[in-house]
Amino acid sequence: MSPAQSGPDVVAEVRALVGVPQYEEAGEFPVEQGYVWSMCAAVENGNPLFWDEDVAAELTGGPIAPPTMLSVWFRPHHWAPGRTEERLPLRVHFDLKERLGLPEAVMTDNTMTFHEPVRPGDVLRTRQILRSVSDLKRTKLGTGRFWVIDVEYANQRSELVGIESYTGFGYRRAGDEAEAVAGAGTAGAPGPASGAPGTASGPGMAP
Amino acid sequence: MTATEPVLVLGDVAEGDRLPSLQAAVTATTVVLGALATRDWRPMHHDKDFAVNRNGTRDIFLNTPNQAAWFERYVTDWTGPHGRLGRVTFRMLDSVFPGDTMVLDGAVSAISVDDTGCGWIGLDLTLSVGGDVKSTCTARVAVPVDDGDNPWRRRLEQWKP
Repeated sequence: MSPAQSGPDVVAEVRALVGVPQYEEAGEFPVEQGYVWSMCAAVENGNPLFWDEDVAAELTGGPIAPPTMLSVWFRPHHWAPGRTEERLPLRVHFDLKERLGLPEAVMTDNTMTFHEPVRPGDVLRTRQILRSVSDLKRTKLGTGRFWVIDVEYANQRSELVGIESYTGFGYRRAGDEAEAVAGAGTAGAPGPASGAPGTASGPGMAP
Repeated sequence: MTATEPVLVLGDVAEGDRLPSLQAAVTATTVVLGALATRDWRPMHHDKDFAVNRNGTRDIFLNTPNQAAWFERYVTDWTGPHGRLGRVTFRMLDSVFPGDTMVLDGAVSAISVDDTGCGWIGLDLTLSVGGDVKSTCTARVAVPVDDGDNPWRRRLEQWKP
């Protein structure tokens, strides 16, 4: 049987994880004012919320970080003492590829929803929640399944600060249906920071 | 301390309004500053040899969170500091390289007031180079409904992004 047509058991097992929080973890470091300034400087963002303490005090009850920096606070340092394994982002995505035997994957969509403001000094926590896994679909890339994964972020008071929602498409290239299982694909393994065009061979997909 | 007046309130805006364009020259520095500020250490965002030889691109290129930060800046340049982003959705179509002049454009797609009284503007945004759209973004941003309102004061069930 071709892995792209994974048996009903595997699909049912995977779908049993819908709604179940996985991979809960804390950030490696607190939210930093210095990164806020570095980000604003990089894109020449002069919003006084990030530069003028009085405006921040008046409008947001003190300094906050730009909302779109949500995922920044979870990217690990390039190196850390004693670390032996690379920390992979979006583990649920890679789990699905492996369990469903789909060697290729692309991210088709990325939505961020912002709740409580993130503030310097916050220590955020994250968890990943699978929201859905589609039936088999045939697209121009190949045959596979779409899935939606939410990454939830909360602060040290357990207040929701934001959700990143990713739509992934895991697939087997048209013509590769008979190819051996899993692990084969290296292309199309975008992490949340990929910055990449929406094709499997596009720049930025493979680290 | 003088109270900060809203730059823009909901009544100033109509569906179909266009935001002023923003032009920015992209250099290697733009790409690297953004990659490091977003803690994206992967080599195709700072090492041209790697980008060319391993990724097959013509140069290093802007990473997604950096583009998100450009879109955020573009929206809040227009709304002023009272503007509070509720939701953004990105779609990357092609890469942006040093030497490109990127142009951000936007138009108002929707205006609404939700059942908590919060004023919302829907925006369709694009980032293009030489007329080719490289990324699209839809955003939902809250702005004050009047001079006394401030969306940042909303919490919990009063905030429905």
